[in-house]
Amino acid sequence: MTAQPLTGRPDVKQATWALRRGGASLRVERRSVLVCGALVLTVAALGVLTLATGSIQLTPAQVLSALFDPDAEPRTRLVVVTWRLPRLLFAVVCGAALAVSGALFQSLTKNPLGSPDVIGFASGSYAGASVVMLVLGTVNYLAVAAGSLIGGALTALLVYVLAYRGGVRPFRLIIVGIAVGAFLSSISSMLLLAVSPEKAMLVATWGAGSLSGLGFEQLRLTAAVFAALLICSVGVVRPLVHLEMGDDTALALGVNAQRARLTATVTGVALTALVTAAVGPIAFIALAAPQIAQRLTRSSTTLRIAPAALTGAAVLVAADFIAQRVDLPVGVVTVCVGGAYLAWLLARQYKGGRR
Amino acid sequence: MTTTATTTASPPAPGQAGPDPRNPAGPVRRRHRYRLLILLAALALLFVTAVLSVMVGARPIAPGTVWDALLRFDNSDEHVTVRELRVPRTVIGLVTGTALGLSGALIQAFTRNPLADPGILGVNAGASLAVTFAVAVLGFTAASQFIWFALAGAFGLTVLVYTLGSIGADRGTPVKLTLAGVAFTAVCGGFTSAMVLKSTATFDVMRFWGVGSIGGRSLDILPIALPLIGAGLVLGLLSAGSLNVLALGDDLAQSLGTRLAFTRIVLILAVTLLAGTSVAVAGPISFVGLMVPHIVRWFVGPDQRWILPVTCVAAPAFLLAADIVGRIVLPSGELRVGLVTALVGAPVLIALVRCRKVSAL
Repeated sequence: MTAQPLTGRPDVKQATWALRRGGASLRVERRSVLVCGALVLTVAALGVLTLATGSIQLTPAQVLSALFDPDAEPRTRLVVVTWRLPRLLFAVVCGAALAVSGALFQSLTKNPLGSPDVIGFASGSYAGASVVMLVLGTVNYLAVAAGSLIGGALTALLVYVLAYRGGVRPFRLIIVGIAVGAFLSSISSMLLLAVSPEKAMLVATWGAGSLSGLGFEQLRLTAAVFAALLICSVGVVRPLVHLEMGDDTALALGVNAQRARLTATVTGVALTALVTAAVGPIAFIALAAPQIAQRLTRSSTTLRIAPAALTGAAVLVAADFIAQRVDLPVGVVTVCVGGAYLAWLLARQYKGGRR
Repeated sequence: MTTTATTTASPPAPGQAGPDPRNPAGPVRRRHRYRLLILLAALALLFVTAVLSVMVGARPIAPGTVWDALLRFDNSDEHVTVRELRVPRTVIGLVTGTALGLSGALIQAFTRNPLADPGILGVNAGASLAVTFAVAVLGFTAASQFIWFALAGAFGLTVLVYTLGSIGADRGTPVKLTLAGVAFTAVCGGFTSAMVLKSTATFDVMRFWGVGSIGGRSLDILPIALPLIGAGLVLGLLSAGSLNVLALGDDLAQSLGTRLAFTRIVLILAVTLLAGTSVAVAGPISFVGLMVPHIVRWFVGPDQRWILPVTCVAAPAFLLAADIVGRIVLPSGELRVGLVTALVGAPVLIALVRCRKVSAL
């Protein structure tokens, strides 16, 4: 279906660098490495810019000294490290987590529109948070996070169970996911239509996802979980790439299809769950970042963890920079920035008839 | 999920001996009869739902009175209810249901993507953006004025999506168009929520508009909506043959004599006319365009010459059924049909996908 036209040109032609040490060797695509390096620089530059701007304007030099010099002026350190840094790091971690999750799901479903949303996670967590805010009537951070987490996890589990019939085929998973997701969205809309506009707006604002008001305490846990999940994702890349060639080929290559799919699904959902619980559902990065990364690296698959993660981080950091200026939830800006960039990339990429 | 599903209904290849060599058309004819039965069943279902839609409502009215209201109108309250509320509602449901179903079938066949729904080319996002702009910036509040903005937004955005999707070497391929649609949908969605989240008044109007409904519309919009949807229907139904060929892949289709660029433009025009008009008339109604063509495909096989007409009949039946459920399910008031389609449709879809050996697209 869609996996086929997505694969650009085969990456056998890509120039590679090989590292050999004794019996072990590592082959890396040169373009991927360069793109990743450029993305790291982009994130760093955007990060310094974000840390420097705000109601108290600083110079990049001040920011750098506040970050790396313990003897810097205490007031500057307070602004940069205590107030602004957690938000920036949250943007990096959440952007990367969403992007990896999207990359896993696009490979898993062999579909450029695949994201944990297709198995109903987003609508589940939205419904969970809506119930907490509108039915239980609390806007406590932990309560809402728990509600969204439970809602999302239950939904993903439900979708998986309903789609299971002697194994899970991607097609059935998608259909059941769409159905359950649509069902829960309707429930959330019903709740939203039944309450006062002010209350409903509270839910809608949460639903856009916002990075404001987060500190180091929340960050530590989020980053630790993210690191663990990232390791799981890297482990599941190889079987998933084989599965992109079809179940039969993958089986012949020694891949346990069911186990690989289950691991990838759980990891992908957990990554999204992490972000949703921490900052609310930030839309579009899971969808766009793997596509943008694939086009930047000219890879044959969207499943390249490092470029995807870095792209996600860069997009979310850039979006949050703008979000702070215009005073909107960052999720509103991600869709604008990510969408505009994807459009620009599509317009530019094939210019001159070159694939 | 590749395009391999053609085997289920294709007649025996020439040279390959069918079950009865003297009458190779036998299985094909049986297959046709089965699909004809399904079409007739769908028509019967549509008739029943249309009749029920006029008969059933929050206020119980005897069937005889309904009949009188249609033929011998006497200005009584009950007659007015039937004429002014139920009949327009049913007609709007028929029109938008057909449009949504067919546009969904077309876009799924065209993009060869089972996740595609009519909104994928940006129709809903464009309409939402335009209506939000009308509410937030220009200060309109009456739903009847939104239709023009919705139409303009839907059509404007599709033109943008198509323009972006048709640059470069792989111009007009479904994947590129899909991604272009996703990109522009996102941008529009962002601007829409930015405007909505800045003002409670705008939010209040838009949360209702954003859940489609076929109630409370007057038939005044039909003179505008019907020609647009009619044109979309004709273009869409005429493309059935080309879509069958396109299912073989772009290269093969081209070598079989399909004019790819022309076919694509016709299809996109049809989808935009159908989906754009229906979102303008009723607001965004999810799930109909996504689900009905799927289910129809499982029943009639991959031949678009059957999928498209059967969808045109089954989709309005489903929409009207959902609307009827929405009217009677609550003790007071009603559920908007945009909510009920998913609430009713999702369990049906799950049950079907679990018990049938379904074909992937």
